[in-house]
Amino acid sequence: MNKEVKIKSLIIDKPLKLDCGQTINNFPLAYETYGSLNEKKDNAILVFHALTGDQFISGINPITNKDGWWSYAVGPDKAIDTNKYFIICANVIGGCLGSFGPSNTNSKTNKIYGTNFPIITINDMVNAQYNLLEFFKIEKLFAVIGGSMGGMQVLQFVNNFPDKAKVAIPIACTSSHSAQNIAFNELGRQAIMADANWLNGDYSNQNKNPNKGLSVARMAAHITYLSKNGLQEKFGRKLQERDDLKFSFDTDFQIESYLRYQGSVFVDRFDANSYLYITRAMDYFDLAKENDGNLSRAFENTKTKFLVISFTSDWLYPSSENKEIVIALNAIGADVGFVEIESDKGHDSFLLDIPAFLDTLSDYINTSYLKN
Amino acid sequence: MKQEFKIIANIIEKNTRVLDVGCGDGTLMEFLQNNKEIDIRGIEISKDNVQKCIGKGLTVIEGDAEKDLSQFPNESFDFVILSQTLQAFLNPEKVISELLRVGKKAIVTIPNFGYWKVRIHLLIKGTMPVTRTLPDEWYNTPNLHMCTIQDFFNFCEKRKIKLDKSIAFQNLKSSKITNSNLILKNLTSALGIFLIEK
Repeated sequence: MNKEVKIKSLIIDKPLKLDCGQTINNFPLAYETYGSLNEKKDNAILVFHALTGDQFISGINPITNKDGWWSYAVGPDKAIDTNKYFIICANVIGGCLGSFGPSNTNSKTNKIYGTNFPIITINDMVNAQYNLLEFFKIEKLFAVIGGSMGGMQVLQFVNNFPDKAKVAIPIACTSSHSAQNIAFNELGRQAIMADANWLNGDYSNQNKNPNKGLSVARMAAHITYLSKNGLQEKFGRKLQERDDLKFSFDTDFQIESYLRYQGSVFVDRFDANSYLYITRAMDYFDLAKENDGNLSRAFENTKTKFLVISFTSDWLYPSSENKEIVIALNAIGADVGFVEIESDKGHDSFLLDIPAFLDTLSDYINTSYLKN
Repeated sequence: MKQEFKIIANIIEKNTRVLDVGCGDGTLMEFLQNNKEIDIRGIEISKDNVQKCIGKGLTVIEGDAEKDLSQFPNESFDFVILSQTLQAFLNPEKVISELLRVGKKAIVTIPNFGYWKVRIHLLIKGTMPVTRTLPDEWYNTPNLHMCTIQDFFNFCEKRKIKLDKSIAFQNLKSSKITNSNLILKNLTSALGIFLIEK
């Protein structure tokens, strides 16, 4: 990681009691903002990032020197228009881009936390980010928006703070991880732990890195972000820079080369222990269970307007699971819209340039803002 | 069909919760929202239409009325509207009973197959009627269960559904349908508008 990059962060001195029982305080929360807060302070949007995302939504990410992860949706004149709205995004706690996470040094031991870092939950992530409202002196956010794990945080946010957002847009998400979701995350975690360099999570203190394990975790996860048709269309059985099979375990197929590349670039920007912690937080997420088994209760006291968006080819968080959120909201007469966008790009659709999605998002945000 | 919308708007009371089933591109929802102080929601099967509605700031969910009405609790709306789509469902009877479960009252409008032009078309030409309110051919029409105003009356009677209001609509004019003028109205009206309850 390039250490010269200046990462904005807020030191949160207010103690935060985590779901695991531990209390943390004086911890950093790294964030980035786009656009400007208007005088009435009614144009703020808090965007929550997904598993491997970060606070750099738009423009060039200073760490990777690539486009921010949601550049298609956020920026000047984009669906979430930075000319009109003030957009805040923070790195989740447990993450590795400046917020309090397992790659931080424990001041008591002078050692990097590693797996001595407390287990965190989606609830903890959201509670930590709530401090941003006080920091920017925002009484009520215009919107909370997020895809995938970001969508889980949207749901959790409204559950925790029912009158702090006018609009909530959870995208391609779920109110609880299915057995299949947990299974894929466990596969990733086991790949990391099977790497001899993981050293029970102590690799940073011993100048090692479980890159192979983390890379395999990313490769497996990446498959779940794409659809079968999308993969088939893009790669099929195409060979990688060769005319015929080599009768070896080299990267004969383009899909193999693609996955290996995705794995290799990921290890440069992501901490293996963070991957363990954040996937665990997703697995633990169960908003219905938090509300005595009744998901509707999560939203009982809110006037927040919802728009739930899913994608036809998303099999990680399929439309049926997004619909469960809609059903729970309808059961209590909440204001909820729902649309399933046609796309063959799988779960990753929410990050891509899909006009029907971006237009719907933009129209909804703009008309909702005018109705202020 | 602005006139039909006006009749529907007149039936709906102020400060009520309304659901438009098969709300299309949201034209009726917008009209009602602009003319009545109500809280209105929509459900629509076509993705394109749902995106249009959401773009207009209307609260609409994508779904199939034939199975997705089940997510709404009993009597969660004061009025449920079904405008000219009853005949397109696989099971209109089930849809009506769902409308009357979800809503305290339902407003149902039907293109009248008993309208004289429709009768003449079949009688003279001997082919399935194609009219302004029924513009499709038999092989591509979404209308699976056409009925007449008389049929709807009979249905309500059989199923013990209360007909609070029955309005005949023809040439931008509306008139009351009563038991005594039913035979005539069934012949002279292109559209029937009904307010029903359990």
